[in-house]
Amino acid sequence: MIALPFPFKRRFHVLPGFNLALGYTIAYLSLIVLLPLSAVLFKTLTLSFGQFWDIISAPRVVASFKLSFGASLIAAAINVVFGLMLAWCLVRYRFPGKKLIDALVDLPFALPTAVAGIALTALYAPNGWIGSLFAPGGAFGALFGEQGLKIAFTPLGVLIALVFIGLPFVVRTVQPILEDLETELEEAAASLGAQRWQTFRLVLLPILTPALLTGFALAFARAVGEYGSVIFIAGNMPMVSEIAPLMIITKLEQYDYVGATAIALAMLILSFVLLLAINALQGWQAAQRTRKPGGKS
Amino acid sequence: MAAAAALHVPAGTLGHFDYQASPATREAPWLRWTLLTLSLGFFAVFLLLPLVAVFFEALRKGWGTYITALTDPDALSAVRLTLLAAAISVPLNLVFGISAAWAIAKFEFRGKQFLITLIDLPFSVSPVIAGLVWVLIFGAQGWLGPWAAEHDLKIIFAVPGIVLATVFVTFPFVARELIPLMEAQGREEEEAAIVLGATGWQAFWRVTLPNVKWGLLYGVILCNARAMGEFGAVSVVSGHIRGLTNTLPLHVEILYNEYNFAAAFAVASILALLALVTLALKTFVEYRHARAMEASVS
Repeated sequence: MIALPFPFKRRFHVLPGFNLALGYTIAYLSLIVLLPLSAVLFKTLTLSFGQFWDIISAPRVVASFKLSFGASLIAAAINVVFGLMLAWCLVRYRFPGKKLIDALVDLPFALPTAVAGIALTALYAPNGWIGSLFAPGGAFGALFGEQGLKIAFTPLGVLIALVFIGLPFVVRTVQPILEDLETELEEAAASLGAQRWQTFRLVLLPILTPALLTGFALAFARAVGEYGSVIFIAGNMPMVSEIAPLMIITKLEQYDYVGATAIALAMLILSFVLLLAINALQGWQAAQRTRKPGGKS
Repeated sequence: MAAAAALHVPAGTLGHFDYQASPATREAPWLRWTLLTLSLGFFAVFLLLPLVAVFFEALRKGWGTYITALTDPDALSAVRLTLLAAAISVPLNLVFGISAAWAIAKFEFRGKQFLITLIDLPFSVSPVIAGLVWVLIFGAQGWLGPWAAEHDLKIIFAVPGIVLATVFVTFPFVARELIPLMEAQGREEEEAAIVLGATGWQAFWRVTLPNVKWGLLYGVILCNARAMGEFGAVSVVSGHIRGLTNTLPLHVEILYNEYNFAAAFAVASILALLALVTLALKTFVEYRHARAMEASVS
């Protein structure tokens, strides 16, 4: 086991309240988070490994995992590209409404997921503002053959919802790094004869990489577990557009508690691995930030 | 989540740096315009349009339908339950956040980093699992299910389950904000207060709290927004009983699934307004926090 969060030696503290504060913290953490989560593990342990494997390797479950992880990876990749661009514009350029846009970037955090879900569905449904553009009679519909391009109620709709909820993670991780960047680096690169693109690729991008990876991992982790904004637009067709969290709900509705818990455990293990990766990435990022000699003031 | 929740001082608050003044930090105009068009276009399509769509769909059938949807008794009872869940979970997690930040930021002990990771755990758990864990504990087949039934306590498919699920998903918000802030401020000021004869509580109320008030408020605002808007976790434990165990987001879902789109978007527009108020408050707190930092530096 990993070391328990308790002091091994008694130390002398000037400030009071350590035992009370830490004791309360650990008690509350255990009651609200650790004990309930351990229920997932213990419930699954009532199964043999073979039974557990049968549940999570059922074709419908595997299809839902593939969709959740695949769509989350693609969405996080899209967010890295556009999140970096948006952060760049917010930090470097002046344009009207910039402060308002900066504040609205956090909308996916603040907007309840169910609201995002029905709004996206209304937009991308075949009769919606965007969906109708891609419908057979729409402006872009003909590009995708006679049927047009169906977005809502397909895996493409899942992707759209995951892009929506993931964007602020990338913008908000990259933005502070861009703001702290010393302009001397770029000036040195330019004075040594580098083209702007060379400066970006060889000087700026390596500095931004840890932040971009952190943003990617955060957006990916959120997307894998996302439920509210996806289920409305997904259409939830078995084997096609069912996400992994929905499989848990489906099993619960059939009173298959063990089945639901087995899927939950598989997802939990994965998110814990991701969490460790994110922590390591953030440590790397912090190390990079402290190593450089003082930022721009 | 981690990076996203940290109190961020926006650019421009502390004096703007003009990147376009030097040829070394500026791009060719065509590139600048391409980047601006692409990123603002992306922003408009992916973030702005859904927001506009909520209000447009809500008012599509006129103000009469809109008002009727909002004054429906089931909608009002959903408002009450949403407020109740937030009124319980926000103070609980506020007290926890202060206590965790005091222990972690003001003292040294082993396993501190691990404890911080555990506090973040609810952010990386799917909301559906956050609901499932309470079913496993208090559900009919759960650990404490028989005990709850014996004492005539209804927890799952009832209000207590909704509160528990909300507490779980909003657990890290305040702690996340306070820990880095209080770590950055160190403990010299509190130690000075104690040496000068203040009690621990006096040091906390008069020194620590004024120092972290903006960070605290920031955490509370985000915690509250999530508490009122949570859908997945609450949906698992609610049982969707109209007028009894429906929060506002669940009410939106029920109306939507009944093809009552105008009413669903009307209720959704209230939640969207809540999100806009949250963002406005958040921006204000960031601004005040930046000013306070500026004042303490100069």
